[in-house]
Amino acid sequence: MKIVKFTKKGIYCIPGKFYLDPWLPVDYAVISHGHADHMRWGMKHYLCHTHTKNIMKHRIGEDISVETLNYNEPKTINGVKVSFHPAGHIIGSAQIRLEYKGKIVVFTGDYKVKHDNITIPFETVKCHEFITESTFGLPIYKWLPEETLQQQIHNWILQNKANNRTSVLFGYSLGKAQRIMKLVEGLDEIHVHNAIYHMNNAIEASGISLPKTQRLDGNFNKADIQNKIIIMPPGLLGSKMLKRVPNAATAICSGWMQIRGNRRWRGVDAGFAVSDHADWEGLLQAVKASEAEKVYVTHGSQATFSKYLNEIGIEAAEVITEYGDNELEASEAKKEATI
Amino acid sequence: MKRFSELISAIEITNKTNAKIAALVEYFTVAEDKDKLWMIALFTGKRPPRPVKSSLMKQWCAEITELPEWLFLESYSTVGDLGETIALLLPAPTHHIEKSLDAWMQELIKLKSKTDEEKKAYVLNAWNGLEAQERLIFNKLIGGSFRIGVSKKTLVNALAKLTNIDANQLMHSIIGNWDINSITFDELLSGSHINYDNSKPYPFCLAYALEKDLDELGDVNDWQAEYKWDGIRGQIVKRNGELFIWSRGEELVTQQFPELTEVFQNWKHDFVIDGEILAIKDSSVLLFNDLQKRLNRKNISKKLLEEVPVGFYAYDILEFENEDIREQSLAERRKKLELIFQQNTAKNIQLSQVVEVENWNDLHAIREDSRSVNSEGLMLKQKESPYHTGRKKGDWWKWKVEPLTIDAVMIYAQKGSGRRSSKYTDYTFAVKKDDGLVTVAKAYSGLTNEEITEISRWVNKNAIEKFGPVRTVKAELVFEIAFEGIALSKRHKSGVALRFPRIKRWRKDKTVAEIDTIESVKDLIFVGT
Repeated sequence: MKIVKFTKKGIYCIPGKFYLDPWLPVDYAVISHGHADHMRWGMKHYLCHTHTKNIMKHRIGEDISVETLNYNEPKTINGVKVSFHPAGHIIGSAQIRLEYKGKIVVFTGDYKVKHDNITIPFETVKCHEFITESTFGLPIYKWLPEETLQQQIHNWILQNKANNRTSVLFGYSLGKAQRIMKLVEGLDEIHVHNAIYHMNNAIEASGISLPKTQRLDGNFNKADIQNKIIIMPPGLLGSKMLKRVPNAATAICSGWMQIRGNRRWRGVDAGFAVSDHADWEGLLQAVKASEAEKVYVTHGSQATFSKYLNEIGIEAAEVITEYGDNELEASEAKKEATI
Repeated sequence: MKRFSELISAIEITNKTNAKIAALVEYFTVAEDKDKLWMIALFTGKRPPRPVKSSLMKQWCAEITELPEWLFLESYSTVGDLGETIALLLPAPTHHIEKSLDAWMQELIKLKSKTDEEKKAYVLNAWNGLEAQERLIFNKLIGGSFRIGVSKKTLVNALAKLTNIDANQLMHSIIGNWDINSITFDELLSGSHINYDNSKPYPFCLAYALEKDLDELGDVNDWQAEYKWDGIRGQIVKRNGELFIWSRGEELVTQQFPELTEVFQNWKHDFVIDGEILAIKDSSVLLFNDLQKRLNRKNISKKLLEEVPVGFYAYDILEFENEDIREQSLAERRKKLELIFQQNTAKNIQLSQVVEVENWNDLHAIREDSRSVNSEGLMLKQKESPYHTGRKKGDWWKWKVEPLTIDAVMIYAQKGSGRRSSKYTDYTFAVKKDDGLVTVAKAYSGLTNEEITEISRWVNKNAIEKFGPVRTVKAELVFEIAFEGIALSKRHKSGVALRFPRIKRWRKDKTVAEIDTIESVKDLIFVGT
């Protein structure tokens, strides 16, 4: 008996008659988290985690039909028991568990098994079929412990300050920006770009408290931010606004920064491998802990990771989806930047 | 090695030469004497021979990580650098080793004569005691290029900034013969081991592209026309029995071209000659692509010397019997140059031929035909002109032929290396042949970073293979390919060889139905003749 099938519109729950993170308009969409490649415009009805609701309204519009659930709070749709479980990716991110006549399927959305002090930690959910992402599905991706990463970033900021430079860190307005805020909290004043400021407001409206920041709008006063910490969406790399920042030292925070070639490609002063996705070990750990009989591997290194899983005795198949397109997130950030 | 590691991190992240120089100056200000000498040695090709084969390092890494070979290779093709791939794949270190750069280098020198078992024990212990960035550096100390964009010239500019010593003198000092165990940093920079008076080059005289009609240049008899060659501009400095070859990039390249050094060494007279270093076989100039195979090599194999022999075309003379004659007219200098070539002969070293014409019109046809001899056009030099310092408008003009272009479709994409390792940057292009396609060129330059990112994303979605570094893609993206020349070739499946192909632009407005055919490409061979 098949519970889900992979269709042109997205992952479809057959008995439940709803879609998971669909990329084309459908009647009923269950959403894993608020990134633009997973949460798209045009669904008649949305179901998401409580903390994602305000993000969704902020990004898609106030007039959408949306219902929410807390983690581990089940809801039955056409006989299918649906529940959300922490994915540790960003605030509000959830693995979606589906149970129908004793068979369990879990769709991870995006996830991270490592703790980051800002999102609710990833929770293992046992299942028969596990649909996993594979963004960083190569053994070269191994994240440093959060404390080490934090120490590196702190050293960089302090050194910038000593050299009379303003530290500008780049990260997407949803997820990465809040993670960076937490990493640098207490070190100095944090000024966040407008897009991040609005996103922070949407998140805080759900009752979550975030590190204290100040809003950086287009007409900022240079003296106010000199030698301080600034967080901007990556779309502003090379922008006029960045050029106005006095003595800027720039850094990208992204898992891709693990590789030297990527750090140099972007022409920034530093790159920190801060990722909201699972690294190679994290992916393997999650797959094994799920005890799934069958693993479907989506966006990222799906060919490599599924081949490896099969070699170590875990039945796996790759699935082509429309997830993992960072450009969507970037255009979303650009749109927000103009608000 | 902490300091050295920080230096490498600071240099690798930036693509601004000034920032690289600042980091180098900082390092040379604070590092230990011997470490500074090693830094110079490592970046000027003076490193000791490789003590451990890279295949062994790969094997040991695979044993430790227990990864299948295909996954190792997949990782390697994503990272684009073996030393870095190994550094990233290994498990986290268990302890920390801190040693000076000099200590590491001395140990690695001794390691060369050890057994494979001893080498393995040493390398594994080092890997286990270093974090990822230091591990990468350790792997690079064993062998391989750092790929951080520090040329000899950058290094020299940093040393010049530090000491205020003339950059060309420093270049000679660091390239010259010195032994790390019997020289100090200050001695090396002061140049006590060399005689700079014997090697000192002159600044090259450079030309602008011709921007007016030939008639406006005046009487054709006042001008000297020569072919413009696409090799490496070089200066042969022969003084008091010593011989040096400087490239236009102000690097000493004497050792790279033994067939020039050996000949000039025995020539009569002292002189400084300006000319072009070219690959010349059977009296014909080869493509620049061929010459490239000879560049920046530490050892030149006998096979390569036979395959790509190097020659020299002399343009001008700047110094004769220790007298600076740059202020003399070109006509007078040319006489001296001809005198030297009357008294000395070598098959591979020739005078740059003067193109004799009676009127400007005749020159047009000669220029159009310059591709037939693998030249890229003509040079026009005012006969009364002195040898200027640097680029000056009016006396010397370059008059290049327009590049040829075709429209071709991309059929393979490959990831680049170093900075470009994460993107598909190297493409293979094809044109129509009968009902199918045939490969005509490989090119990897000419696009913006944004275009490369867009194409990489497209390749990821449209690739036929899932593994390995080369992806076959759907024949869909059309590009305009520019090249300097074209010749029939038996070695190429298409039957033609393009000279210096590069991407002129991405033709998003064209479909694969509109690309050139191999027949229309071959038609270009006869253009202008």
